[in-house]
Amino acid sequence: MTNEGPATIEAATVVKPQDARLQMFAEFWHYFSINKGAVIGLFVFALLILIAIFAPLLAPHSPDDQFRDFFLTPPAWQAGGNAQFLLGTDAVGRDMLSRLIYGSRFSLAIGFVVVTTALISGVILGLLAGYCRGWVDTLIMRIMDIILAFPSLLLALVLVAVLGPGLVNAMIAIAFVLQPHFARLTRAAVMAEKTREYVVSAKVAGASHVRLMLVTILPNCIAPLIVQATLSFSNAILEAAALGFLGMGAQPPTPEWGTMLAEAREFILRAWWVVTFPGLAILITVFAINLIGDGLRDALDPKLKRS
Amino acid sequence: MLRYILGKLALIIPTFIGITILAFGFVRILPGDPVLVLAGERGLSPERHTALMHQFGFDQPIWQQYLTYLTNILSGDFGTSFSTKTPVLRDFLVRFPATVELAVFAMIFAVIFGVAFGIFAAIRRGSWFDQLTMGTALAGYSMPIFWWGLLLIIVFSGTLHWTPVSGRIDLLYFFKPVTGFMTIDSLISGQKGAFRSAVSHLILPTIVLGTIPLAVIARQTRSAMLEVLGEDYVRTARAKGLAPRRVIGLHAFRNALIPVVTTIGLQVGTLLTGAILTESIFSWPGIGKWMIDAISKRDYFTVQGGLLLIALIVMSVNLIVDVLYAVINPRIRAN
Amino acid sequence: MSLLEIKNLTVSFDTAAGPFMAVQGIDLSIEPREVLAIVGESGSGKSVSMLAVMGLLPNTATVKADRMAFDGVDLLKLSPSERRKIVGKDISMIFQEPIASLNPCFTVGFQIEEVLRFHMGMDRAQRRARAIELMKLVGIADPEDRLSSFPHQMSGGQCQRVMIAIAIACNPKLLIADEPTTALDVTIQKQILDLLVSLQAKYGMGLIMITHNMGVVAETADRVIVQYKGRKMEEADVLSLFESPKSNYTRALLSALPENAVGDRLPTVSDMLFEPAPSVAGASA
Repeated sequence: MTNEGPATIEAATVVKPQDARLQMFAEFWHYFSINKGAVIGLFVFALLILIAIFAPLLAPHSPDDQFRDFFLTPPAWQAGGNAQFLLGTDAVGRDMLSRLIYGSRFSLAIGFVVVTTALISGVILGLLAGYCRGWVDTLIMRIMDIILAFPSLLLALVLVAVLGPGLVNAMIAIAFVLQPHFARLTRAAVMAEKTREYVVSAKVAGASHVRLMLVTILPNCIAPLIVQATLSFSNAILEAAALGFLGMGAQPPTPEWGTMLAEAREFILRAWWVVTFPGLAILITVFAINLIGDGLRDALDPKLKRS
Repeated sequence: MLRYILGKLALIIPTFIGITILAFGFVRILPGDPVLVLAGERGLSPERHTALMHQFGFDQPIWQQYLTYLTNILSGDFGTSFSTKTPVLRDFLVRFPATVELAVFAMIFAVIFGVAFGIFAAIRRGSWFDQLTMGTALAGYSMPIFWWGLLLIIVFSGTLHWTPVSGRIDLLYFFKPVTGFMTIDSLISGQKGAFRSAVSHLILPTIVLGTIPLAVIARQTRSAMLEVLGEDYVRTARAKGLAPRRVIGLHAFRNALIPVVTTIGLQVGTLLTGAILTESIFSWPGIGKWMIDAISKRDYFTVQGGLLLIALIVMSVNLIVDVLYAVINPRIRAN
Repeated sequence: MSLLEIKNLTVSFDTAAGPFMAVQGIDLSIEPREVLAIVGESGSGKSVSMLAVMGLLPNTATVKADRMAFDGVDLLKLSPSERRKIVGKDISMIFQEPIASLNPCFTVGFQIEEVLRFHMGMDRAQRRARAIELMKLVGIADPEDRLSSFPHQMSGGQCQRVMIAIAIACNPKLLIADEPTTALDVTIQKQILDLLVSLQAKYGMGLIMITHNMGVVAETADRVIVQYKGRKMEEADVLSLFESPKSNYTRALLSALPENAVGDRLPTVSDMLFEPAPSVAGASA
């Protein structure tokens, strides 16, 4: 039995060469591209990334430049608009379009940082819980339950109140409230995979605990994690914007979309554009990511694949 | 059934203790001298500092502080607000009906439209109606509701002047709260136009708060219905010669209801999150706005108490949902 | 006049790969009090043609026939609501998976009484009495108690008995049984078949038995139709079919019985029909 172990592993690695990966990706893409919405979402998201990267080239003005003669100028197509400011200016004369373009950097960065943090900590906790079981499992999962018992935005708000308002603290708080979802998912997946033949054979072959957890089991739990990561990405952007809106996230004059909305609130009945565009930017971004998430779920979830 | 409920109750106890530890710990991890932070005062005399130290119980060992805290909570003492000097529980109870009223209306709105759209989308799977509904639902799910609220205010209050901008009722009406629910109290008061005013104040907040639950419920209803419509017993119901209304509305929907109820229950947390934002936009005097105000005023005892109370409510609602789930699912009820 | 008369029935499904013809030009008729068996492998379209009669096919299906008459009335010319007055009352159907065929959220009694309410217009007390009577008829002990059971509290055999009770509740003229015993234990299979045959004789129903099991055919049927890939291969009375099958396919089907297994391997229809040498692939049922 012990002699057969390494042979099995070797055999397994041999039948999984580069083109098998490629084929897997081709199959994935086939299912993903059936969902037209998902492809559109991916396109929009790619566009947003390009906008964020090339913000200095695309933005007509600096996001912080205040044009004293142009307070609350309406968008260019409206009466009183100015071609210089396509989407108008805000209450202190900053160009809306430029601020929105720079704002994409914040939203995407928030999404990436929060999801990465939540993913890593959640996966580690979930792996430990699912792999060790016993009191480790009970302790970790109870804590996760407790975090989930609070409405996420409220808990994030309170955490920011403790840590002090600001973008970094907001991201930490959001990552903290999102990470139980990853822990739960990972734990469930690990428990399902743990008793499978390939894990047992790897164990028999003498693989260490860390290797079993990270190399043998984890890759097989990846599909639901990817879907959850996508959903969390959009959630992170929404919650960060909400915190910004409540004055607990990014602080002015940062051109973060939620913060921009907070600054614009008092002008809602006078200048619709200062309110409309930042929210629209949030909606489009989150919508695009959720479209991708739906497509990923359809493509990666074998249970739904057939229907 | 009873054993099932008791089992669920037993599971709640460790969560409850955990929640109290978290709420208790929250005040301890505030940076800086806890007395200064909590009292919100500067330049205290050493005597006053010691007095406050003693008043807050910080001179006792930490475990004893926690036990005192836990005992206080179990006897209904959730602390005292530092800004209003009133018990947190009383402040909470004054504002809670406003949030409940809003949440109930939002939930009714979300369930009625969500379930209806979900069912019709499922029946006409792949049709333009299905695609449009599900596209809209995903957009609703992606909605930054604080912006959505502002947008509705611009259109319906600012431009069309159909609805008021904020508050629960026009200021010209005044009556003593009986139930705390403005719609009911306005009816009881018998004042002309009061009920109408209360309802018109509710419309926009209801839509804003109900948007995300509506989207989630519509999506969940559709997928649950699609799954159920393919089941053998639906074919049996059709083989009985029953009208489509009965096959879909009773035989299929009764089964689809099981996951939908779970989803509805899970939306209560979303609703409370949404209430924070919605109440802040519409100056709705509920617990969401109360919490935001407490946080910005650094009234940490209120924050601590409110956090715990809200968590307890979410927990109780989850328990009710679990029980409801057993009631509508005969397979659990029988065991 | 035939009880059911079908001329040139064609059923096609819209699929992503274009239309798929499940049934192609089937003629079929059954007389009152007759037991007709439709035999074929899975995918031969034998269930599809009967689901077409019941009007139970999904929207993706297109049903065409020169004539599909039940008791002299052309079903295809009826409005949906007129058709629902016949389906479940004069024609009824039972299915392969009895437990899945009953609604898990309603009691057995509710599901039996439902047809009585809609087709017979009985009041509560009448429905209750008739439901108990039906439960006795299909051989369920303690009918009064069992009426308040949920399907998951009963065995597969009991569930199939309940399905039969629902099917015969309104004294149908024709009962269609789609593989009624396939999902059941062997000992229960025999009981259910006996029950069906005795009820058929007692009430003088026409019975269409859809099956892939030649044993079931031999035991129950008067007449047999053999179907393959949506076409009728052969039609004969049961004795002549077993004694002198005319089509190659029927011969192949008959020799594919498990009794004719060689070594570990079960014979398959395709062995007999198309392939000169036995292939390595496993047997198909």
